Amino acid sequence: MSGHSTYQPQSKVLQWLEKRLPIGGLVHSSFVVYPVPRNLNYLWTFGGILAFMLGVQIVTGIVLAMHYTPHVDLAFRSVEGIMRDVNYGWLLRYLHANGASMFFLAVYVHMFRGIYYGSYKEPREVLWILGVIIYLLMMATGFMGYVLVWGQMSFWAATVITNLFSAIPGVGDTIVTWLWGGYAVGNPTLNRFYSLHYLLPFVIAGVVVLHIWALHVVGQNNPTGIEPKSEKDTVAFTPYATAKDGFFLAAFVILYAWFVFYIPNFLGHADNYIPANPAVTPTHIVPEWYYLPFYAILRAIPDKLIGVIALGASIVILAFLPWLDTSRVRSARYRPLFRQFFWLFVIVCVGLGWLGSKPPEGIYVILARVFTIYYFAFFLVILPLLGIFEKTKPLPNSISESVLGAKA
Amino acid sequence: MKMQRTIIALALAGCVGSSIAPAVAQEHDTPTPPMLKWSFSGPFGRYDQGQLQRGFKIYKEVCAACHSIQMLAFRNLADPGGPGFSEAQAAAVAADYKIKDLDDKGEPTERPGRLADTFPPPFANELVAKAANGGVAPPDMSTLAKARTFERGFPWFVFDTITQYQEQGPDYIAALLNGYEEPPKGFQLPQGGHYNKYFPGHNIAMSPPLQAGQVTFDDGAPQTQEQYSKDISAFLMWAAEPHMVARKRIGLQVMIVLIVLAGLMYFTKKKVWHEVEKPREIARGQDPKKTAA
Ligand code: HEC
Ligand code: HEM
Repeated sequence: MSGHSTYQPQSKVLQWLEKRLPIGGLVHSSFVVYPVPRNLNYLWTFGGILAFMLGVQIVTGIVLAMHYTPHVDLAFRSVEGIMRDVNYGWLLRYLHANGASMFFLAVYVHMFRGIYYGSYKEPREVLWILGVIIYLLMMATGFMGYVLVWGQMSFWAATVITNLFSAIPGVGDTIVTWLWGGYAVGNPTLNRFYSLHYLLPFVIAGVVVLHIWALHVVGQNNPTGIEPKSEKDTVAFTPYATAKDGFFLAAFVILYAWFVFYIPNFLGHADNYIPANPAVTPTHIVPEWYYLPFYAILRAIPDKLIGVIALGASIVILAFLPWLDTSRVRSARYRPLFRQFFWLFVIVCVGLGWLGSKPPEGIYVILARVFTIYYFAFFLVILPLLGIFEKTKPLPNSISESVLGAKA
Repeated sequence: MKMQRTIIALALAGCVGSSIAPAVAQEHDTPTPPMLKWSFSGPFGRYDQGQLQRGFKIYKEVCAACHSIQMLAFRNLADPGGPGFSEAQAAAVAADYKIKDLDDKGEPTERPGRLADTFPPPFANELVAKAANGGVAPPDMSTLAKARTFERGFPWFVFDTITQYQEQGPDYIAALLNGYEEPPKGFQLPQGGHYNKYFPGHNIAMSPPLQAGQVTFDDGAPQTQEQYSKDISAFLMWAAEPHMVARKRIGLQVMIVLIVLAGLMYFTKKKVWHEVEKPREIARGQDPKKTAA
């Protein structure tokens, strides 16, 4: 994908193939000789972790789909059938359910990493926007997957989230009826969610290919935020990045396995072990943990339509980050003020997540409003102004100077 | 840097402070169920066969009058990691039940249960169940132990990821079964309701189901309400999560393999990167020969 391939296959068969489809050269130039900055830290492994988790979700998902029945009267029973009667079905389902959580955990680290080191700045804008699209698709996929279980929380989350569209003036109710395929969340809704839940991961996989393509055109950013200038600044993807990412991926899988084997229901809701019942509303309707910050933003605003707009804006705004951040310096290492606002932003996001799990009353609403204001101010006020007023620290001349000089 | 720390500290203090205030207010209302000791908690946990057998007896003789457990099959009683009945014993249990079926001519009939059958429900349908129980249908018990919980609150839920505490379900059920008392003064208990301090809202439609001496144990376990509550809760946990023992056993094997793998990968990475790190180590005043892996 980048540069001229120096790949020369040894075997006759591969030479034959290479003349007709240079796929070996593609792999060789992308994952073997591809130069990566020598100073990447473990935060750069999360991209690889994400690719791994997408693979896990697709493989476990396809096998689950062989045993799952998308019908309102049978869905819950079929998921329990997977848990009880399918060989290692409990393992498949817990891998898939906790895999979604690990997927989101990794994507959040990946995105915060990007913000901290200014990875969205020129020339990586398209790379970043492709990432935001992947994230949006992930949110849709995770939501629809959760509905498939057809427990109480599945049903009511589906009801609450689809109802958001009714806030659109004029056509809102029509849109909601169209989404449901009826006048309430029911069997047609479950069927289309199943169809889309199967489809979207492959759309994600397609966008991931574009994402990596764009990455290999512009190259990776690194903790200094300055581009590699000479060969001294980079190392070959294989063996260096492969060895480093391999180790950290294994460490991440330990965390994943801890959840799957020891606390598989920790991140879920007890209510989702009650079969869906349209006649009984749960006391608290709470989405999965990875949506909580956005749920808090939604509920912080008293007006439904404005709340929905804010919810959408809080995600879409990410796509404009390359232009909202006016600073020429990428890495927070050399931006003392940005660094503080960044960590405050992280705290605000985690805080919003916590507030999203609380009932919307009293102090919780007030805090959620304060945090929501900071969330938007970070993008719309702080980042544009910081670029103008912040006094940044001097940048090193090169990556290798920063690596060697810093410790000398 | 300093300012950054102050900001973080302030924000954290804010979060903690505001989480404590409402928690205290709620506590007055519904007490937190006591954390009991369960043989199946923790990474090496396994079900206690004797306890599951006693729990099953309680289910069969008491709870089954009102609660179905439709996802449990008779064959499950003989599954590994469960109550440890032999296949013959499970078949004998099944044979005691009457299962609705059709005969050769398509006429409805009843036949003795077989291993492959699931436990038949006590009521023909939900409406009958409601009518017989003061307007509230008793919930099916197949997933009940995973379908009930109570809030742990910050910071306990964070610690739970490490201590692996996840027995909220059985803790709650055991507490509920022991939680019947006289309603406090001023509490308006509706007709047919029962006061239970652990039930959300306190007005539960189920009358106290367990009394001491009601179920005979032949393994010498005390025939008290506390013991009954514990045993039936353990049984319900197994019914909701029948493969837990296998899960934890395989989990341990997977953990060992992963930790060894990650360790090997770590040393591989160190060795591979040694050449790259060399100039940096020299700059730091170290001898690269000594740091070689
Ligand atoms: C006389 C019928 C009857 C019997 C016998 C009975 N229950 Fe119940 N049970 C009910 C009803 C009715 C409810 C619904 C209560 C409500 O929601 O108000 C219920 C609800 C429950 C709940 C759920 C409470 C909650 O948090 O929603 C549990 C747990 C429970 N029963 C356990 C048991 C156990 C264990 C036994 C056997 C020892 C048992 N029950 C025997 C009628 C019965
Ligand atoms: C982007 C990747 C994916 C994500 C984030 C995701 C997420 C989820 C989530 C959160 C659930 C609910 C889990 C639970 O609580 O039990 C779920 C269920 C399900 N998913 Fe996926 N999924 C993905 C990919 C796939 C794919 C590719 C398939 C099929 C080819 C699939 C098939 C299913 C099925 C059949 C269920 C219902 C069974 C169950 O609940 O375990 N998923 N998914």
